[in-house]
Amino acid sequence: MSANNGYYVPHQSIWPIVGSIGLFITMVGLANMLTGAWNATVLLIGAAILLFMLFGWFGAVIKESESGLYSQQVDRSFRWGMGWFIFSEIMFFAAFFGALFYARQFALPWMAGDAGRLATHEFLWPAFEYVWPSSGPGELGGEFQPMGWWALPTINTLILITSSITLTFSHEAMRHNQRQKHINWLALTIVLGLIFLGLQMYEYVYAYTELNLRLETGIYGSTFYMLTGFHGLHVAIGAIILAVILGRSLRGHFTAERHFGFEAAVWYWHFVDVVWLFLFICIYVL
Amino acid sequence: MAATTHDVHDGHGEHHHGPAKGLGRWLFTTNHKDIGTLYLLFSLLMFLIGGSMALIIRAELFQPGLQLVDPHFFNQMTTMHALIMVFGAVMPAFVGLANWMLPMMIGAPDMALPRMNNWSFWILPFAFTMLLSTLFMPGGGPASGWTLYPPLVLQTGDAFPFVILAIHLMGISSIMGAINVIATIFNMRAPGMTLMRMPLFVWTWLITAFLLIAVMPVFAGAVTMLLTDKYFATSFFNPAGGGDPVLFQHIFWFFGHPEVYIMILPAFGVVSQIIPTFARKPLFGYHSMVYATAAIAFLSFIVWGHHMFTVGMPLTAELFFMYATMLIAVPTGVKVFNWVATMWRGAMTFETPMLFSIAFVILFTIGGFSGLMLAIAPADFQYHDTYFVVAHFHYVLVPGAVFSIMAAVYYWLPKWTGHMYNERLSRIHFWLSVIGVNILFFPQHFLGLAGMPRRVPDYALQFTEWNMVSSIGAFIYGISQLLFVYIVIQTIRAGDKATDQVWEGARGLEWTVPSPAPYHTFDTPPKISATNAHG
Amino acid sequence: MLYTRCLVRFTAIFTSGLLLLWSMAAVAESGWLQLNMPRGVTSVSREVYDLHMLILWICVAIGVVVFGVMFYSMYFHRKSRGVEPAKFHESTKVEVVWTLIPLFILVGMAIPATKTLIKMEDIGDTEMTVKITGYQWRWHYEYLGKDIGFFSSMSTPREQVYNLAEKNPDYILEVDNPLVLPVDTRIRLLTTAADVIHSWWVPELGWKRDAIPGFINDNWTLIEEPGIYRGVCAELCGRDHAYMPIVLHAVSKEEFAEWVQQQQQPSTALSAAD
Ligand code: HEA
Ligand code: HEA
Ligand code: CUA
Ligand SMILES: [Cu+2]
Repeated sequence: MSANNGYYVPHQSIWPIVGSIGLFITMVGLANMLTGAWNATVLLIGAAILLFMLFGWFGAVIKESESGLYSQQVDRSFRWGMGWFIFSEIMFFAAFFGALFYARQFALPWMAGDAGRLATHEFLWPAFEYVWPSSGPGELGGEFQPMGWWALPTINTLILITSSITLTFSHEAMRHNQRQKHINWLALTIVLGLIFLGLQMYEYVYAYTELNLRLETGIYGSTFYMLTGFHGLHVAIGAIILAVILGRSLRGHFTAERHFGFEAAVWYWHFVDVVWLFLFICIYVL
Repeated sequence: MAATTHDVHDGHGEHHHGPAKGLGRWLFTTNHKDIGTLYLLFSLLMFLIGGSMALIIRAELFQPGLQLVDPHFFNQMTTMHALIMVFGAVMPAFVGLANWMLPMMIGAPDMALPRMNNWSFWILPFAFTMLLSTLFMPGGGPASGWTLYPPLVLQTGDAFPFVILAIHLMGISSIMGAINVIATIFNMRAPGMTLMRMPLFVWTWLITAFLLIAVMPVFAGAVTMLLTDKYFATSFFNPAGGGDPVLFQHIFWFFGHPEVYIMILPAFGVVSQIIPTFARKPLFGYHSMVYATAAIAFLSFIVWGHHMFTVGMPLTAELFFMYATMLIAVPTGVKVFNWVATMWRGAMTFETPMLFSIAFVILFTIGGFSGLMLAIAPADFQYHDTYFVVAHFHYVLVPGAVFSIMAAVYYWLPKWTGHMYNERLSRIHFWLSVIGVNILFFPQHFLGLAGMPRRVPDYALQFTEWNMVSSIGAFIYGISQLLFVYIVIQTIRAGDKATDQVWEGARGLEWTVPSPAPYHTFDTPPKISATNAHG
Repeated sequence: MLYTRCLVRFTAIFTSGLLLLWSMAAVAESGWLQLNMPRGVTSVSREVYDLHMLILWICVAIGVVVFGVMFYSMYFHRKSRGVEPAKFHESTKVEVVWTLIPLFILVGMAIPATKTLIKMEDIGDTEMTVKITGYQWRWHYEYLGKDIGFFSSMSTPREQVYNLAEKNPDYILEVDNPLVLPVDTRIRLLTTAADVIHSWWVPELGWKRDAIPGFINDNWTLIEEPGIYRGVCAELCGRDHAYMPIVLHAVSKEEFAEWVQQQQQPSTALSAAD
């Protein structure tokens, strides 16, 4: 617990405006790439500025934290902040899950003539029968095979669950001031995360080359890739956060009592994990 | 929870400096008052730009036939007008008010996450630069209405990804702003400021922030699907691939309906501060006001289908959405009745903030009534997509949300600047606004009922008269807002010295600090008791 | 202060007077009909109209009560009259009362609304079917099983739109080939679209329904009076959204049979509509 009780309010900071400029350049770069006007240069410049901002901003926060400027109350503000940020992420995923449920429960059955929507079936899609996975009545993207849930996805599920457990061990170790143990479990967690990402990559390649399951494979391809893709992105971000935390741990930043930086990363990792469980059930199993 | 004491911490002398000098003050600031000012000024600028677009719309609609603009450009104006008013004018105005007032109302030294606060603001100018720039791109800006329905929106030209990504930026900004509000309210209250002692403006913002965090990411998801449908051949909204254009509408309105309450709940808060002050009587039914706000927020998540009665939902869904929507009239009614009961047997005076608040209560209620009519699904089959809807939502948004913002500005401007505004001019501003706005929007009810569809640059001859009336009202109302701009500038620069309490009947922490409020307030938290907590 | 009041009141009175005059002129010009929803020519449309008037009057009544109390208070409870503010600020009893009363009123509205809605959504047995397809920017009508199908586009000349010619009385509400339907017949109308979402709306029938690409919405109508009914596309569908009107000729069963015959003779199929 820090020695002072005042609420720390930094006087001025350049990082937010750097962040805004970085975001702006990134977005303009991305938009111009999508219209085909530019190549990736501007996007990368923007991303570099954002990275620079993150280093600068978090660097400043870490320095302030380490020099004892933060009271418990500041710590709580960060907790509220992180908690609600994760909630917002959950709602982002909810939109895509919603799309998946809607397509499976309503759109596709309607096209197949379900529940009072006979006319749709009769006049527009008379040949369509509904089986999931489906690429729609137009069979967009050509013939495909669905991604099974056994083998790879199951292994991946086990890996992620394990990684949540190892991270919990790491947290426990931290709380009991067992630094080396904490670092080892943390490192193992990151390795598991990377293995997960590697396998996911492999799965995508396999799906594209062997199964002809693509982003353009109708609603199945759309939901499959968007959900697993955004999830993968979050695993990658989570792994980077954990790596940064590992770096800080190696420098001896956290103590048994004060380690919110680490805890925030743990929350994030568990969140990513829970999303995967939903994904595994909704996308692969059901 | 807020029991931690704040010994003023002097380890870093910088903490007690006044504002920095020059442009740097605004670019790098972490001060909630500076950021509040930035938000408010930005919002005013956007209000003028969005309003100018509305005036273009009204000018074209003055007569049947095409006079001024081409239909495609007209549709861009409609779309941009709405996006700018909603995301650029009303929402940032309320965030600005939150920034200025929340810390002062709960006795906090600043917002909980000051650097992030700066970031939330400074994303906005970039986002709107991006959005506005689309008007100059080949094929023009978005022309699909602010609801961005596919497949129409997918016909947008090169502007498309710019619009989507600008919306992402606005979303990021709103979410960070909302997180900040929640963290501030939960964590920064002065000792004794229990939840049930918080001023109602704080309560309504707390609930609004929750709504924002819950729905902005959903909107982000929806527009992301639009983007991938257009550029990566996904099929979310493409029936051939098993998607459905109506899916977008469901996701959009799951966001969109709470979004409209995001624009009205803080307004309820503002009015609940102002009416007790000028009635010189405490707010009637504080507790039920809080519960009603929460009930409205809860219901707002389950009524989105009332925007989609005509898409052909199953009967059970239509009934469900109809009933749920009608229910919202109950908690909203509780609020209206409580305001009236607050005025009842008070000792009222009618300074400009009070005038705007009273106009708010009446005109918002009229907008609520037409909302209730729209909620009746079989009748909505007639009303939907006509000017009746346009009249409804402008009543709740303009003499609703916008009037509450005007009221708030007049109410707190003396606290912000240390100067009294010019009461005479401000009353003229009020009367011109309240008359103008009714000439502007009341006839639109008639137009809608008589069959004029919305989002058209041209109309059948029988609609001519009321459109002329409406357009004239628009210009009266629009030009009177320049008077508002003048009054605000005048007050910032000069004016009678304001006292600390400013208004005779004002209660609450913000009136215990000097006017203008010092750059840092409540470095030492005040002690709150049941009596000095709120009005 | 006096000057302020005078100025303010003058502005207020002057502008309201202007407003009043203008409205009266407008009403005189366009008739009272232009202020309200049409009653329409189907039993559904009349039910909808009655429902509309019912809620409208309920809202007006509530408004009169609420605003009445408010204005009373604003007049009598003014500081300038030297009143002392009361101290009360809570009463669970009245809160409960004004929660329950609106609730009951709402139930009263919901019952007829539910009945009408169920009736509208019940397609039931129909005697003939027309499939309506929205295109950017015209309608296509297909009489299923009758081998009749045609496009219907706005016929108002562009010069009128650009104010280069005097406008017809039915400016932008006229088409080349109107939809012809028999009266006293339960007709199934299917709506769908070929490109973007449109919405098919003839106010006199009492409803509109979206036309959505990839899906078909089922509707029915039973027109009771012959006549020409005009409507519009009600969902924003791009550039010429304002210019895809609907014209519906409701004719007697005999006339309709005749029209069908004519249509089925290929040679006259195009111009026979009028
Ligand atoms: C601030 C914004 C705001 C607010 C507060 C509201 C409030 C309400 N709105 Fe509105 N609405 C919009 C903004 C808002 N709306 C917008 C922007 C659109 C159009 C979007 C678009 O398509 O572009 C829209 C559209 C819209 C529709 C869709 C219409 C259509 O497209 O066909 C419907 C339908 O149900 C609706 C209903 C309601 C209801 C029931 C309320 C209720 O909350 C109102 C409750 C209030 C009262 C009822 C008055 C006070 C109560 C009493 C005095 C108690 C006693 C009363 C009774 C018992 C009657 N709104
Ligand atoms: C908070 C939101 C908000 C606000 C404040 C307003 C304010 C106004 N709106 Fe609204 N409007 C919407 C939200 C809002 N609107 C939405 C959501 C839609 C639906 C869009 C859609 O269909 O997709 C809509 C659509 C809409 C339409 C229908 C368009 C159509 O269907 O085609 C019309 C038409 O009359 C209109 C008019 C106006 C007018 C006259 C005002 C007035 O209040 C504006 C007041 C005018 C000013 C403030 C101008 C002041 C400026 C000057 C005098 C010039 C000086 C200029 C500079 C210094 C730069 N709006
Ligand atoms: Cu077709 Cu609007
Ligand atoms: Cu709504």
